[in-house]
Amino acid sequence: MYLWNREDECMDPGKLRALRGERLAKTVRHAYDNVRAYRQRFDELGLSPEDIRGIDDLEKIPFTVKSDFRDYYPFGMFAVPMDQIVRVHASSGTTGKSTVVGYTRDDVGTWAELMARTLGAGGTTKGDMVQNAYGYGLFTGGLGAHYGAEKIGATVIPISGGNTKRQIQIMQDFGSTVLCCTPSYAILLGETARELGVDVESLPLKVGFLGAEPWTESMRRQIEESLAIDALDIYGLSEVLGPGVSYECMEKGGLHINEDHFIAEIIDPSTGKAMPPGSKGELVFTTLTKQALPLLRYRTGDITCFDDGKCACGRTFIRMHRVMGRTDDMLIIRGVNVFPSQIEGVLMEIEGTEPHYLIVVDRRPGKMDDLEVWVEVSPGLASDEVRAMENLERKIDAELQSVLGISLKVKLVEPKTIARSEGKARRVIDRRDLDQ
Amino acid sequence: MNVSQLSVFIENKSGRLAEVTRSLADANINIRALSIADTIDYGLLRLIVNDPVAAKNALADAGFTVTLTEVLAIEVPDKPGGLAGIIDMLGESGINIEYMYAFVGTSGENAIVVFRIEKLDEAIAALKAKGVRILTGDELHSL
Repeated sequence: MYLWNREDECMDPGKLRALRGERLAKTVRHAYDNVRAYRQRFDELGLSPEDIRGIDDLEKIPFTVKSDFRDYYPFGMFAVPMDQIVRVHASSGTTGKSTVVGYTRDDVGTWAELMARTLGAGGTTKGDMVQNAYGYGLFTGGLGAHYGAEKIGATVIPISGGNTKRQIQIMQDFGSTVLCCTPSYAILLGETARELGVDVESLPLKVGFLGAEPWTESMRRQIEESLAIDALDIYGLSEVLGPGVSYECMEKGGLHINEDHFIAEIIDPSTGKAMPPGSKGELVFTTLTKQALPLLRYRTGDITCFDDGKCACGRTFIRMHRVMGRTDDMLIIRGVNVFPSQIEGVLMEIEGTEPHYLIVVDRRPGKMDDLEVWVEVSPGLASDEVRAMENLERKIDAELQSVLGISLKVKLVEPKTIARSEGKARRVIDRRDLDQ
Repeated sequence: MNVSQLSVFIENKSGRLAEVTRSLADANINIRALSIADTIDYGLLRLIVNDPVAAKNALADAGFTVTLTEVLAIEVPDKPGGLAGIIDMLGESGINIEYMYAFVGTSGENAIVVFRIEKLDEAIAALKAKGVRILTGDELHSL
């Protein structure tokens, strides 16, 4: 079994819990003393850092959100003087100012350690040739993977993203064994290799660490086949650290969260309340060791669930399911949280490809909210028999109801009924006037 | 070669059927027979045409979902009991009919009926054994 740091990654649960409690109390104190935003928020609630003694006190702490970074742009969330910051990164916000994050020298060391765990979990060791096709620059992906690979002692090819044919050439000439890039770029590399007539089976490439965007099991299969590698999911966000927050082992059964450095929670995005174990909800992180940018209960907007069952790899860290969607897309229908990604998942199972669908929510006076799911009839779904079409409708209906837990109406529509847009398709029409 | 039938998925919206027939007319396709099965929200238009492949392409280009299905076209004696005789034969052979419709026009003394049957090969064998004439795709399309 591949393990970079057996002592920490397989830490005894009791010991881990005590360590986390101790680190949490320290982080809260550090954040309160040095970051105005936290101090104000605690003071308003009449909450003192002393009130947070261990994990059980976590829920007393108010949430931190993305807009805090905008409000305190650029460095207002930092908890150390700028002369201790050795690095900054930034992510482009889709709205307005970018999110700026900073690292002390120790933070950079922690990050390298956590990325070494990540790459080590897929078998990366000294002697490996790591082709790092994550972008270098303000984005955390490039340097994050770079430092982790160097810490392991592997050879890093800092090729960054783009120039796909050259990537394939270098992969062949240098004998790359490890690939770091986004899943969609891995698919492009696989397609390009095939177009160039490269025999991927004969290449020494063995494993890919893919993250920075949501992907699916079917993409995993495609990548593993087209590049003849094991494709592992990695997760992180710059506010919390960058890549290295959670990582898959070779069991490929979810991403182990580095629990000695982060506390992860799942909350109901509409109420902010903690959810029972195994529930699907919004992922929230508290950092435990970061100096420059301590984060308390940061709402990621990512939807996932936890699996605290034992993993065959021996790590004691809890696993999170691959990210299933974003809270930004969430609809609340008759009190039930509905994510477009859930509907997409059901349709993909039935059709086998990414379907075109539209979710229409409506509210008629004095009635309950209606949920309609429009599905375009592709040639793969069509039949000459009414019975077959009705069975299809019923099947989609039944599976959606069992997944969503609410009643709905499935409507089969002609192809191209649902508007296509550049890039992301519009998946939801909400006709309810929710301002009233 | 068996007879190819086109099925077109059409939403119950005004003007959609007209668009199908217009697309076929523009592609110089002649419709030999048709039937529509309808539900509340949509209909399935089934067509026998002179050139199924060209018709399928024309409709697909116009944005319709079209499937091709093999169906059975049989000459049925154009007299009382003609159809009953054929359906009895299928029933005796344990063959179910999914749906059926009659052809526009006739071939000589006989009418033509289109059958959609799950066990197509079995049906053909059973009917041939009883001396029923089954039309090929070429015969039907060139009528």
